[in-house]
Amino acid sequence: MKANIVVAGVGGQGTVLAGKLIARAAMDAGLHVRTSETIGMAQRGGSVVSYVRISDAPIASPLMAPGTADAMLGFEPGEVLRSLHFLRPGGTLVVNEHTVAPVAAALKQTPYSGKAMIDYLATCGGRLVVVDGDALCAEAGSPKVLNVALIGAAAAADALGLSLAQIEDALRRSMRPHLVDVNVRALHAGARAALRAAPRETEAAAP
Amino acid sequence: MAAVMPAPAQSRLLLSGNEAVARAVWESGVRVAAAYPGTPSTEILEEISGYPDIYAEWSVNEKVSMEVAIGAAFAGSRSFCAMKHVGMNVASDALMTLTLTGVVGGMLIAVADDVGLSSSQNEQDSRFWGRFAHLPVFEPADSQEAYEMTRAAYELSERLQVPVILRMTTRICHVKALVTVGERGTHPASGFKKDAARWVMTPAGAGRRIPMMFERDGKLREESENSPWNRVESGKDRRVGFVTSGPAYMHVRESFPDAPVLKLGLSCPVPFEKVRAFAATVERLVVVEEVEGLVETELKAGGIDCHGKDILPRQGELAPNVLRPAVSALLGEAVPEKLAPASKVFPRPPTMCVACPHLGVYYTLSQIKNVVISGDIGCYTLGAGHPWNALDTTISMGASMGIALGLDKGRAEADKDKRVLAVIGDSTFLHMGMQGLLDIVYNKGNVTILLLDNRAVGMTGGQDNPGNGRDIYGNPAPRVDFAKLVESLGVKPERIHVVDPYQLPVLFKTLREEIKIPEVSVIITNQPCVLIDDYKKQPPLTVIDDKCTGCGNCVDVGCPAIHVMRREKAIKPSGKEVELQFVQIETAACTGCNLCVQPCAPDAIVPADPSRPIALIRH
Repeated sequence: MKANIVVAGVGGQGTVLAGKLIARAAMDAGLHVRTSETIGMAQRGGSVVSYVRISDAPIASPLMAPGTADAMLGFEPGEVLRSLHFLRPGGTLVVNEHTVAPVAAALKQTPYSGKAMIDYLATCGGRLVVVDGDALCAEAGSPKVLNVALIGAAAAADALGLSLAQIEDALRRSMRPHLVDVNVRALHAGARAALRAAPRETEAAAP
Repeated sequence: MAAVMPAPAQSRLLLSGNEAVARAVWESGVRVAAAYPGTPSTEILEEISGYPDIYAEWSVNEKVSMEVAIGAAFAGSRSFCAMKHVGMNVASDALMTLTLTGVVGGMLIAVADDVGLSSSQNEQDSRFWGRFAHLPVFEPADSQEAYEMTRAAYELSERLQVPVILRMTTRICHVKALVTVGERGTHPASGFKKDAARWVMTPAGAGRRIPMMFERDGKLREESENSPWNRVESGKDRRVGFVTSGPAYMHVRESFPDAPVLKLGLSCPVPFEKVRAFAATVERLVVVEEVEGLVETELKAGGIDCHGKDILPRQGELAPNVLRPAVSALLGEAVPEKLAPASKVFPRPPTMCVACPHLGVYYTLSQIKNVVISGDIGCYTLGAGHPWNALDTTISMGASMGIALGLDKGRAEADKDKRVLAVIGDSTFLHMGMQGLLDIVYNKGNVTILLLDNRAVGMTGGQDNPGNGRDIYGNPAPRVDFAKLVESLGVKPERIHVVDPYQLPVLFKTLREEIKIPEVSVIITNQPCVLIDDYKKQPPLTVIDDKCTGCGNCVDVGCPAIHVMRREKAIKPSGKEVELQFVQIETAACTGCNLCVQPCAPDAIVPADPSRPIALIRH
């Protein structure tokens, strides 16, 4: 198995497309790939998780067992926590630091602090790469490219088993022409951010 | 979806199970395909509508979609219909007699089970329909099989003149994997040939067809015994042999790579002799199936000893991490230690969208006391949740009507002053609600109905329906006039109101007046789903911090763009302690619907850009 990747976020953040793009890049590289999503009510702002499995041998189950994901792309800190049990010891976490508070949390004023969650993630073992998704979107020039920016960060952190160039090729081949430039900008902005962030080797042994 | 040039034969494509079935339906020369949207099956028909030379339609409900497919198959065309598991309940009236007539053109019924309940009111196992209706059932394990089985199903269907069921699950429908595709074949319709003894199912006619159905059962059993889709994969670890089907097969392969496996692809009827022979080669047999222990029960009835739901869960999805510990325990091995469970994070259930027209309805309903609200299936089911708590029942499509009538007729003495309301969406009303309303009218029920017409099948992604004047291709289509429709069902014209759900005072007044009147009334809301093109965004709003008194009225609207930033305890003049909630509006998300402005006591909510006033009038 080359890579088990979990993509966790909130409906509307582009998680499903992120899984698709990684899968496309893997497919173009001649690898086997399976993606699976829980998207029942995704459009209504619920949790969305995509699983992407990439391998040089045929893959059986589209699902991965807890503790076996090599990497997780976290679009939102709370959603990372919700799926954290999938990450293997020593796996890589690429996380956007900005929260999307669940509506009920916003209305009931339950504390929902991105910083507290990121601080907790830093104690969970593995490599943690925290990026400022809002800044990356601003840098790329669109609020809708968080997904591609995170993929760029993950590729630069060598978490996908795919190179940045392979992702960029897939992006150019699969996206509509007018969307290519802004997404390529986001991809590279994410990659630069990951390199700047200098992944933290975190403290405890296992999540 | 407009037709595009399909990918050429031999292309290797990354396809979901739904996309793979659509491709195979097209390649099989199918001429007619119909469905009602339902998660996780919706995308099949959406995809089919993108292929050339095939008629596709959104039907008003699953039963009609199946009947359309039946008619086409009677005319000698290859036909297709798709539905989610609960859709088959609706369509089954047609199914149970279709099995007697059989078909001429090949006919495939794809039914998708929502195993694990990602978006359904129940979890049920559609493989039962194969047994109930004496029909063959194919169960693909991934996209490539979904594609190949669809093609194989048409061959079988035409050869034995039998409709075929393709049983999918969420992990087939929404899992993407590589598929090698082929060419489109053509199957011209042979034409409808009159044959009353076959096509007109009177008691006498049906009585003559039943023995033919039993005869076909024998042929299907033979088919299943010899089918390459029911195959044995040998393995050197013979302590356990697995009998499995569908996505469960993939989990078995992942978990026990050295175990012998009998994979059932044509899983109904069960190939007993094949299973018996397989069982003789292993120490013990474990049946791994989602959801019910159906094959397990059949094998036991046939005298084949096996394990199944005695060691595996009877609810929800199977997965490698579910299978391994169960089988380890069976073998008396050390059970792998359970990993730490998922972190406890604040739940994130689906919510209504920013500016959703249903917000106005539920805000209003939450302000009205002493009512029972019979609900239905769609986005508006979310009205049962926080902060509205304004929906009291949900059972099945269209059930809000009959249940409301039952709540009215069966009310307890203590509830004699309670008002009974029903809430139903446009598409659900057209699906199965109209008949219920007719029943309320006919039987003089005292129910106030809110018909939420948002011009889309919202929950499944905004598909078109007869209420919005567009067909599956986006082309203009005749549009139902809901006010005229309910009037023609017998609701008095003065009891029918069409209101803008963003005009809270009008909605509130109309509702208050109608619930006082002891006869059926219908209030139709007329603003579109915010996710479809019909919705026109307005400039966003903002909160003037100095003016916000923390009354929290706007919070009760339940719009996700409103955030409580700060809370304070305060004592009212009456001495009662209240909690003040000071809010802000997420300007980037706000589309200026104006709902939160109306209950705001201190007029603290204003346009973010003062030069662009709030638009109060919509069309």
